[in-house]
Amino acid sequence: MSRAREVRVCVLRTAGTNCDYETAYAFEKAGARVERLHVNRLAEKPAALDRFHILALPGGFSYGDDIASGKVLANELRHRLEEAIRRFQRDGRLMIGICNGFQVLVKAGLLPGLKDMQTQATLTNNDRGRFDDRWINLRAEDSVCAFLRPGENLYLPIAHGEGKFVADKTVLAELRTRRMVVVRYAAPDYGPARGFPENPNGSLDDIAGICDPTGRIFGLMPHPERHVEPTHHPRWTREGLQAEGDGLKVFRNAVSFVRRDG
Amino acid sequence: MKTPTREWRIEVAVRPEYPDPDGHGALDSIADLHIAGIKDVRLVNVYLITGPLTPPQIERVASKLLADPVTQYYAARGPIAPPLKGRHAVAQVFRKPGVMDPVEASVRKGIADMGLRADAVRTGRKFLIYGAPTKTELRLICDEALHNAAIEDVFIGDVEIPHSPAAPEYKFQRREVALLGVSDARLMQISKEWTLSLNLEEMRAVQRHFAEQERNPTDVELESIAQTWSEHCVHKTLRGKIEFEGRVIDNLLKTTIFAATAEMKKPWCVSVFRDNAGVIRFDARHNVCFKVETHNHPSAIEPYGGAGTGIGGVIRDPLGTGLGAKPILNTDVFCFGPPDLPLNRVPPGALHPKRVMKGVVAGVRDYGNRMGIPTANGAVLFDERYVGNPLVYCGNVGLIPRDKCRKGARSGDLVLVVGGRTGRDGIHGATFSSVELTEESEVVSSGAVQIGNAIEEKRVTDTILQARDKGLYTCITDCGAGGLSSAVGEMGAELGAEVHLDRVPLKYQGLSYAEIWISEAQERMVLSVPPKNLKAIMKIFRGENVEATVIGRFMRDRRLRLFYHGHPVADLSMDFLHEGVPRLVRRATWQKQSHLEPKAKERAEYGAVLQALLGAWNICSKEWIIRQYDHEVQGASVLKPLVGAANDGPGDAAVIAPVYGSRRGLAVANGINPRYGDIDPYAMAASAIDEAVRQIISVGGAPDRIALLDNFCWGNTDKPDRLGSLVKAAQACYDIAKAYGTPFISGKDSLNNEFRVGDRTIAIPPTLLISAIGIVEDVRRCVSMDAKRAGNILYIVGTTYAELGGSHYYAHLGYLGNACPIVRPTEAPATFRALAAAIARGLVRACHDCSEGGLAVAAAEMAFAGGLGMDLYTMTAPRPAEVDRDDTILFSESNSRFLVEVEPERTDAFEAALKGVACAPLGRITAEPVFHVRGLKGRTIIRENIAALKEAWQKTLRW
Repeated sequence: MSRAREVRVCVLRTAGTNCDYETAYAFEKAGARVERLHVNRLAEKPAALDRFHILALPGGFSYGDDIASGKVLANELRHRLEEAIRRFQRDGRLMIGICNGFQVLVKAGLLPGLKDMQTQATLTNNDRGRFDDRWINLRAEDSVCAFLRPGENLYLPIAHGEGKFVADKTVLAELRTRRMVVVRYAAPDYGPARGFPENPNGSLDDIAGICDPTGRIFGLMPHPERHVEPTHHPRWTREGLQAEGDGLKVFRNAVSFVRRDG
Repeated sequence: MKTPTREWRIEVAVRPEYPDPDGHGALDSIADLHIAGIKDVRLVNVYLITGPLTPPQIERVASKLLADPVTQYYAARGPIAPPLKGRHAVAQVFRKPGVMDPVEASVRKGIADMGLRADAVRTGRKFLIYGAPTKTELRLICDEALHNAAIEDVFIGDVEIPHSPAAPEYKFQRREVALLGVSDARLMQISKEWTLSLNLEEMRAVQRHFAEQERNPTDVELESIAQTWSEHCVHKTLRGKIEFEGRVIDNLLKTTIFAATAEMKKPWCVSVFRDNAGVIRFDARHNVCFKVETHNHPSAIEPYGGAGTGIGGVIRDPLGTGLGAKPILNTDVFCFGPPDLPLNRVPPGALHPKRVMKGVVAGVRDYGNRMGIPTANGAVLFDERYVGNPLVYCGNVGLIPRDKCRKGARSGDLVLVVGGRTGRDGIHGATFSSVELTEESEVVSSGAVQIGNAIEEKRVTDTILQARDKGLYTCITDCGAGGLSSAVGEMGAELGAEVHLDRVPLKYQGLSYAEIWISEAQERMVLSVPPKNLKAIMKIFRGENVEATVIGRFMRDRRLRLFYHGHPVADLSMDFLHEGVPRLVRRATWQKQSHLEPKAKERAEYGAVLQALLGAWNICSKEWIIRQYDHEVQGASVLKPLVGAANDGPGDAAVIAPVYGSRRGLAVANGINPRYGDIDPYAMAASAIDEAVRQIISVGGAPDRIALLDNFCWGNTDKPDRLGSLVKAAQACYDIAKAYGTPFISGKDSLNNEFRVGDRTIAIPPTLLISAIGIVEDVRRCVSMDAKRAGNILYIVGTTYAELGGSHYYAHLGYLGNACPIVRPTEAPATFRALAAAIARGLVRACHDCSEGGLAVAAAEMAFAGGLGMDLYTMTAPRPAEVDRDDTILFSESNSRFLVEVEPERTDAFEAALKGVACAPLGRITAEPVFHVRGLKGRTIIRENIAALKEAWQKTLRW
């Protein structure tokens, strides 16, 4: 039997990143080898990115979310790391942005990525106008995404103030037809969300996460890395301990995709 | 060709079709002012940028960096077109020069990343107020809803704002203060003029010391002494001598709080009352440390900045403990005036309680969330006496490797200041916190107010933990109250130090050497670094854009020497600095007051009372606050602050499992009840300990592994009756901590919490916060408070006494009463042990402690949190014979009581486990969603739908 291929993950961090440890832990639990890397190290030596299979942009408040959430880091990726990111993308490697990382990917134009590095969507203030920490149901749609298969529904927490997904009608239509909507906020039975709090921020079309046309770049507002242990579930004392948290699927799928993909 | 430097003004607004939460927030605040006719408010962000930028470049900056292409639009020249049509007033709010603006650095970075350059950035907020307010109304709107004069300026209309107000240059001049030979009256005058907060005896000691040297002190020497001797830094009241009830207590802290810990000799207490936080053993590899601080005075004047820097400050305590702990959990407790207080009841100079509350919550939210530390536990209390003097307790828990808990600078080590730059912010915070607030404080103390920069602190934390793991420094402490003066003074107390103040990086020019030394600018740490490690440690800091600067060296002559560009400006004996403060002698008295007892007849029905209690400010759901805090970041949460079938019930202690892959947990809880203190401060302190401990027990914490923090917030303890109540509370801390086997490991006091209006003062109620941290052996044994399954039995554990004094039931009736809950130190520990054993054996499905509102409130909370009904009887509750009324059983707040849900097949085992402890079944959990209680006579006394009870509990704070 051949040894499982080592899957290497770069968890990119910078000033204000704060979900880097738990994101690294989730990938490790899924069998990957993880390195937490500061963006300055990558800017000094962009080729360092080439040795990774997966680039993860974790949650947090990069640069304080000053100006707008994720904006300053998105600007930095665009201007200081453009070449390395393009190469990574061209080589078919995987990228995931969670919460602030999703905001960064969208604002850098990597998602939805319908036009080369152009901003075609945004994540803006929640309809209720404030930061909100709550658990929500996510329906995994029939999408081209490498990180999640249809029906792999998830129960995860959100924790953000700027998570409302907004794009114009043509972009929304294209996301649907090209199967780029990966997860939607949903009712507890995973049927359509019926407004707040099932759709916690007012996202258009209940969109919680999308991928690029190749399915290899994935971003979502909810936090899969916060539901990898059975005791993370907010009602484990009522409903009993599961074998593992729902969110772990996302990391396992990514790791097996890389192994399969060769 | 070189591009000339120009000033640009860019305005960015949200397109009309998208919501504008900042504008909406302002509209909400205006609504509270009852000004009619304001239809809407929209916010425009203003960026004033100075730099060598061409028009196309500034266009790029505006479109690519500052404005969101989907939801926003911008104007790079001239005022932006208003997002909405209609008549509107314009008010622009800009921070005063020198006040921290974290956005400025981010904008400059963004511009630099684009390959461009900005030399200065200033940001502001322009409000478009739709409607036709009169001039007076507009002024009121600006002052009460849009800006805070302590830190911001407001400009009416679309006027030009200066881009970068030049700070005046500083010209060095060595200043001495003439102390030698002056009269006592002059000494006191000097103390006041320099905001030294030193009393006559202390001023005389300083005068004597310098008379011996035959010279006058320099300004910075005097300031150093005042900082080091401040109440804030040395707790001279509690460590002084107190005459009380015919005897002299020599050092109250040492003879009560410290003594309890010392006498218990718990082997798992690693470091107590020595470092910036108390340290206890966690597992084979880690210890944990815990500290709670207050930031009351700054929060009174600028709630957002004060609370933000409060949490920022307390995070630096664990970071400055041992060689540095990783912050893993925040806990916050606030005391405010009632949010519905009529405007005319707010004393002049004080902010309205609702504004204070919103600002404090936002300040803690923005700082704590940005730091990536879960805020998983807290409490909020309301009392009109907090109106001028809100209390903001901020706590932080840190995780530290066991081999990183000892520290000590060595002579020859370099003094390295790390993190934020030094500015004129926060001057005199330590001495300011030791005086009463007055209606003038808002104006005169603005230097004491600061805005934090959480991301700076995050960077500092990230890099320090790397340097720690590489063993690159020998000692660390935070720059808190007293700034560099306190930090270097403490670290070098046994060694001596020399510091070159001109080397300290400044935010702007113009600071005198004395200001540099005492500034309490945020986000700074001081490290002692062996010279051989300098290169390696600087690489770490530089690598993540953290500024670190060598400003001096630790010596061996026990003197503190300060220089400014080579000129000596201070030469003080460390011994005098740290040991020279005269012992205070204070007098204390305490007399039990008699209060009116209500003569309420028994009612036939208590459903309405229960609803009223559930909706009371002190009991109602705090979900509005809790959800604004990220309570799950770091991925360690086990029991969250909101629990139950709909994730919205009031959890007891928070539990985290901070080491990934390990099942060992930490439980954190708080106990506080100032109402009991109005009757008996001893009972208040005892009850606060009981409340904190029983919450830890409720979730499954081990009773023999609980440590406590004390946090005294009192009025002016120069007044004997105020000090007397503090003595009583401290005595209770000793007695109960010993009885429970729960040592104190750290603490803090904040005295002089009084607000003076003219010749009247409003003192806060004496308020003792007890924070508890406990170890959970296996988090999978934890229990939450929500009722789990119909058919299960509900037990009450503990005895219900006639203790309605200070209860929320009496408050509802408009009385205080006299018999407040006391602690029975022999009964309670046995109850805790027995219950903890039952929980550890898995016999318990839910457990909730009885606190505010008593048994009825606790049971109702369990029912609606679980989405289930209950069918209960009061007659079975264990109680002495004199308890013969239903309202006493329902609402008495007797300590050491729990409601426990047990499955029918386990009741025998549970009862056996609780043998010898007061414990009885009260009834059962039902599927029918009705909370039903039968009274002593067997008649129904409460019958309420749980949805109605929940609604009563939730609607109060549904903002």
